[in-house]
Amino acid sequence: MSKVTKHVLDNGMTVLLKEVHAAPVVSWWVLYRIGSRNERTGQTGISHWVEHMMFKGTEQFPREELEKMIERVGGSWNAQTSFDYTAYFETMPADQIDLALRLEADRMQNVAFKPEEVESERTVIISERQGLENSPTFWLSEEMSAAAFRVHGYHHEIIGDMADLTTMTRDDLYNHYRTYYAPNNAIAVAVGAFDTADMLEKINALYGGIPARDVPPLFSRPEPEQQGERRITVERPGMNAFLEFAYRVPAASHEDHYKLAVLASVLCGPSSGSIDNKTSRLYRALVETGIAASVDASMYPSADPYLLSFSVMAGEGRTLEEAEAELERQLALVRDGDISAAEVAKAKKQARAAFAYSNERVTGQAFRLAFYENLGSYEWVESYLDKLDAVSYEDVIAAARKYLLPRNRVVGWLIPTGLDEDGGDEMEMDDDGEE
Amino acid sequence: MTVKSNLMHSLPTSETITRATLPNGITVLAYPNPSTQSVVVSGGLDGGGAIHERPEHNGLAVLTAEALMRGTQTRDFQTLASALEDVGADFGVSAGVHGVSFGGKALAEDLPLLVEIMADVLRRPTFPAEHIDLLRRETVTSLKYSLQDTRRQASRAFRQALYPADHPYHRSARGTLDTVPNLTADMAADFHAQHYGPTGMTVVVVGNIEAAQVAELIQAKLGDWENPRQPQWEPVSMVAQPDGVRQAYAPIPGKTQSDFVMGVVGPARKAADFQAARIANSVLGEFGMMGRIGENVRVKNGMAYYAYSSLEGGHGPGAWLVSAGVNPANVERAIELSLAQVRQMAEQHVNDDELSDVKSYFTGRMPLQLESNEGVAGTILSMVEFDLGLDYLLHMPGIIDAITREDVVEAIRRYWQPDAYVVAVSGPPVA
Repeated sequence: MSKVTKHVLDNGMTVLLKEVHAAPVVSWWVLYRIGSRNERTGQTGISHWVEHMMFKGTEQFPREELEKMIERVGGSWNAQTSFDYTAYFETMPADQIDLALRLEADRMQNVAFKPEEVESERTVIISERQGLENSPTFWLSEEMSAAAFRVHGYHHEIIGDMADLTTMTRDDLYNHYRTYYAPNNAIAVAVGAFDTADMLEKINALYGGIPARDVPPLFSRPEPEQQGERRITVERPGMNAFLEFAYRVPAASHEDHYKLAVLASVLCGPSSGSIDNKTSRLYRALVETGIAASVDASMYPSADPYLLSFSVMAGEGRTLEEAEAELERQLALVRDGDISAAEVAKAKKQARAAFAYSNERVTGQAFRLAFYENLGSYEWVESYLDKLDAVSYEDVIAAARKYLLPRNRVVGWLIPTGLDEDGGDEMEMDDDGEE
Repeated sequence: MTVKSNLMHSLPTSETITRATLPNGITVLAYPNPSTQSVVVSGGLDGGGAIHERPEHNGLAVLTAEALMRGTQTRDFQTLASALEDVGADFGVSAGVHGVSFGGKALAEDLPLLVEIMADVLRRPTFPAEHIDLLRRETVTSLKYSLQDTRRQASRAFRQALYPADHPYHRSARGTLDTVPNLTADMAADFHAQHYGPTGMTVVVVGNIEAAQVAELIQAKLGDWENPRQPQWEPVSMVAQPDGVRQAYAPIPGKTQSDFVMGVVGPARKAADFQAARIANSVLGEFGMMGRIGENVRVKNGMAYYAYSSLEGGHGPGAWLVSAGVNPANVERAIELSLAQVRQMAEQHVNDDELSDVKSYFTGRMPLQLESNEGVAGTILSMVEFDLGLDYLLHMPGIIDAITREDVVEAIRRYWQPDAYVVAVSGPPVA
């Protein structure tokens, strides 16, 4: 497999290139080092809204044309806003990649943010938030973040608070765009069937002339150390109860990150969706006993300290008290050193398989390079398995003892209040009404 | 229109796919992809779907398929799960309305293990009572969760209004809160004994493999499988279009957004006009920013985050539908805007640019679809499932290219009659 080469253009834009000739496709990503963690009160959700505005077109690529030109040639494209970045990609048949290169160079500089388009998009984004609000677990997630982070920008949802979505202005959005969408604040990645020298030349020609800008230091307020367990409850219409434990853990750059990744895998299976978790400790203790209908763990690799979370959907006829007691008992067992070397070895083996699977598509490969370069270095992708391998059985227990402590967590309960008010669980039909 | 030459050598075709039919009727297709480290197995059975279950046993087909991974004559639940998870492999079985699908993934050296597990769970499941109880409870929990899900409830209400009560598409294959608690291990064992068998079974294997060895491997584990009870493939009956506007409403307290599903009965995958309808659907609500519907409901009027149309195809009279999530105050307007797009397409021809864009999209996306083992396996499986022939990818550009503007408009007109459709809304109760 070919190596990644890293280049920094004269204007400061970071470019990572990796040739993969397995299929005639190329994925092109441009990631800006700005995300929801950098948003101030009053402007929560601005990174995501700006991402939407980037699909409104430019003089060179008017919106109507923009929406069609990638798919017309068989490409796929999208964008994502996260805590720590905003990113755009196109994955194209290899002979069409120039279109993607031109598009991203153009919309790095020339999106107009017309007032009428900002207003039309405001209601689209409010609709997106209302769609999220329709899920009871969104309310739990939002309250968990708010409880876990009083000071740091991780306290609000990426979509933003409704109060800000209704009041932010066109100028707020445009200023955000002009401030942070600069080549010296961008990481661009190509992975696929191309020649590196040729690709670099094209990138230089299109992006090298975009002037660097003074990007102010990113707004970020460190979260003070937590001073004891925090508990929240959310009550929403529904019939299912949920429990969540969220432990404060270090950023992805911290040496304990890999120890925690193995710990999470031992407890709840690999984070990759391509491998199941039915042999994991928490599945066996919670789901196989019927206490829970499902259990998941997640630890998002983040720029600043974030959370290792365990989410449980209570089983039929079981209570949140039972689920919480059993989850706590399982975590206490690990803190007491009750894990086996075989479990640690299994976690590492599963990570190796998941890593092999994840390298089969250029889109995912390019994304991971951009993602980790933003957090510290793209080389973390290549050294990931070695770093996991270096984690010992003792490291995993030590990580559990250090982080999985009640005083370091938020406990959240989602209590369902039923669906029967206003006849809510009845279905009405005006025709052949079976229900 | 021709397939690009740099793709030709690597296309899955009758030249590059190794096909074998075992004496008991199992079709095996293998396609090597040496650039990956993994292997994907994907396949299906002709029977075992919800179409075969009695209405009072609704959910049995799904429960039976899920229960296969819960224990066999030689492996209990944890032994099965460990065999896979210890090497980072995965395998699962699921049932739909028509049949059973199965599939898994492993590092290439573990293909024999994947085939062994596949054969074991398909042939020798034991349906342990405690696991049937767990699965039943998990299904009930999940059904209760879906009761507060506006998208799911709009979709349920839509299907109940579109399909007659005695049609399999009227029901959800997952079952209901009334039927699932009554399903038993014995019912699942009987359902398996009757409906699972080699006749009509297809297995596709794609990845870093020796194609010639795949059929031998499968012959060794499944070659002696017989089931004389296995019934013939049974098509579902066709369904008449709605004769007027049918509305359904599923209120759910506490919601801030309403979702609606509106549609008609669409063509089956094998219908002569399926491709024309697929192109029409793409113009209507798929291509670009969700087609004409997305342009009008989302982009121009800012009423929805999602608003699109889709065509189900499949083996029976699947739906052709429009879905959107909008503020409760905008439901009627969004429905009217969507209907206006359908009417405009039926009244005025699509223009040449639209047609050319969508055709180019359908043929041009082939390299991306075929990039992964999963993508190739899925493509090969559908070639077999719908009798498209193993050279379908060579013919497909010509088939698409031959479709005219008149074909597209005719497809819209045939399925979307004026004022004859179903619309189902789920959202907060309206005062």
